[in-house]
Amino acid sequence: MTDVITLPGTGAGVEGPHEGPVGGHHAEGEPTGFLKWITTTDHKVIGMSYMVTSIIMFYLAGIMAMIIRAQLVTPNNSLLSFHVYNELFTMHGSLMLYLFAGPFAFGGLANYIVPLQVGAPDMAFPRLNALSYWLYLGGSITMLMGFLTAGGAADFGWVAYAPLSNAVNSPGAGPDVWILSLVLTGFSAIFTGVNLIATIFYLRAPGMTMFRMPIFTWNMLVTGILILIAFPVLTAALVMLFCDRHFGTHIFSVQGGGVPVLWQHLFWFFGHPEVYILALPYFGIVTEVLPVFSRKPVFGYKGMVFATMAIAALSTGVWAHHMFTTGVVLLPFFSLLSLLIAVPTGIKFFNWIGTMWRGHLWFSTPMLFCIGFLLAFLMGGITGIFLAAPPIDFAVHDTYFVVAHFHQVLFGSAVFAGFAGFYYWYPKFTGRMMREGLGKAHFWLLFVGFWLTFTPQYYIGMEGMPRRVAVYPTHPGLEVWNQLSTAGSVLIAVSFAIMLVNLWVSWRKPIVAGDNPWDAHTLEWFTTSPPPHHNYTHLPPIRSERPTWDYNHPDAPSIGHGGRVHEHHLLNGHDGDRVGATSAPTNGHESVEPK
Amino acid sequence: MRVEALLLLGIGFFFGVVGLIYWFTSYEDAGFLMLMGTMLLGLVPGSYYFFWHRRMKDSRPEDRPTASIEEGAGVVSSFPHSSIWPFLFGLGAFTTLLAFAFGVWLFLPGVVVILAAVTGFTAESRRGGQV
Repeated sequence: MTDVITLPGTGAGVEGPHEGPVGGHHAEGEPTGFLKWITTTDHKVIGMSYMVTSIIMFYLAGIMAMIIRAQLVTPNNSLLSFHVYNELFTMHGSLMLYLFAGPFAFGGLANYIVPLQVGAPDMAFPRLNALSYWLYLGGSITMLMGFLTAGGAADFGWVAYAPLSNAVNSPGAGPDVWILSLVLTGFSAIFTGVNLIATIFYLRAPGMTMFRMPIFTWNMLVTGILILIAFPVLTAALVMLFCDRHFGTHIFSVQGGGVPVLWQHLFWFFGHPEVYILALPYFGIVTEVLPVFSRKPVFGYKGMVFATMAIAALSTGVWAHHMFTTGVVLLPFFSLLSLLIAVPTGIKFFNWIGTMWRGHLWFSTPMLFCIGFLLAFLMGGITGIFLAAPPIDFAVHDTYFVVAHFHQVLFGSAVFAGFAGFYYWYPKFTGRMMREGLGKAHFWLLFVGFWLTFTPQYYIGMEGMPRRVAVYPTHPGLEVWNQLSTAGSVLIAVSFAIMLVNLWVSWRKPIVAGDNPWDAHTLEWFTTSPPPHHNYTHLPPIRSERPTWDYNHPDAPSIGHGGRVHEHHLLNGHDGDRVGATSAPTNGHESVEPK
Repeated sequence: MRVEALLLLGIGFFFGVVGLIYWFTSYEDAGFLMLMGTMLLGLVPGSYYFFWHRRMKDSRPEDRPTASIEEGAGVVSSFPHSSIWPFLFGLGAFTTLLAFAFGVWLFLPGVVVILAAVTGFTAESRRGGQV
């Protein structure tokens, strides 16, 4: 069965001529149940599958992190053997980076949201999209299989440096399945990147020019390009590593005339853009959420777009700042480019604050998570500037200082901003609200737990404790700071248990969300929640970067890109808990006014 | 089309410049070659888009700020409603790759499933529907 999609030649407010399978009705002979899931090519179903799978990976990796923190409570703890400890931190990093943070953003949220934001009926290549998911799922299963092999899972860290990762130092099938898993997920990411770029270039609605696209879509476009730059290099490097392990090549081994540092060059040429593949989508989420809950258009739209491009471009030229201590890289070049990244990131921070400035802030759960992101990423970013200076990097390289830095960056983006997006779009995904009270409890516990976990690690690192060690000396400072860090991680775990309760409550006792519970700006809030098959029965005219707002507030003065403040329909005195209870007439000309 | 083309060409230009600076300051070949590859990743599709941008007489409705929704009316594309082949292709790729870790015998089922899936994909596209 094929759907020939015809855009309705009708204006806004008129039902389009969608009949038959297009309108969400099932034609004869359509698969149902499990068969329906495995044969789906709907970007929304695939996006949800991605999100569910990646959140499961997040919880698994989180459990591993808890076990790691339990081992570090006392200096010479014997809870875990060194080998198991190495497996756990390797798999924690691999699951979080390869199977949660990236796929949750570009496979889950972007897959669901980008076609909706540009007014497209689906992704450009729906079957390729489905294939991406199945490769990702296969890759995830493959990686977890490592624990079932005789020698245990991979234990060389998520970066798999040569020569530690060769067949002599890391024998067994566990490292092999780790490599194969990344080949599968790498291809999955590449396909998703191609799909996102093609969708954004070719399936935009009429009037949706490039500079009217929501910032989230812009960031996903740039992320898609970064994926195409970075992931093929990783896949190639993994194939070389596998050949070194099994087929007798000597690409990364000194004995055969190879160059071990080449692995670091190849890996970090992938690895540093990867950091921004993990960060840019989350910047996009924050840029969507802040204007909606500040009741203002985004401040400095074009500045945001060009800052995103600048971050992406510079991030591809800084790979060797992870390799300062190898002694064979050009320090001034990489240090300079790394420091330059602070400029576009600073522009973004300025614009985010400018968006909130004199806005009417509504401290709902997504907004709180975004503010949590701003603080966390600021701290992580500033310590990143420290690390970009070679003298400081020489002192703290491979210590807990680096661990604290990248956890503040990545936890800040993937968790704070990621779950901001999840809370923000959850009504669109399901047509239901999450409970605000539970969401705020989740946020505050997470916020306190986050700072308590990672701030002490800066000190631990400056005291000289290396990363990736299962035991440490009974130095007076180290023990108490490690215990504080573990206490913080318990708070984080509790906060994510609360999120599960929130999902459970929302599932058992639904509060109907309506189409646009936040009175949001962008196109995805124009359609129903959840959207019908092929997304839109009709579209509003697109005359600015926030068409849904323009349609719902026709009397409001229109805005350009300048981000001038227009105060209209201000929603004062929100009681967040009851906002969700209004199943608001959202395509009508009313804002959601809580009772 | 113009913004898309300039975006990609800009990537190519930027990495060409950075790559040359990198080469003449470090003479390190791995990074230089990867930067040159990135330059091509921008220049090749960017030139193609630019060619089409120059060749198209009217800009597309999605590139015109004043376009109405009606201007986009017509067939967008033909989308498969459901397809089993992506799942089977994924299963085949999964099995084939596991052969590298667990034994050559896994190749046989893996390759058979992949071939079946590729055939199915192609036939589905030709007939324009579920096969």
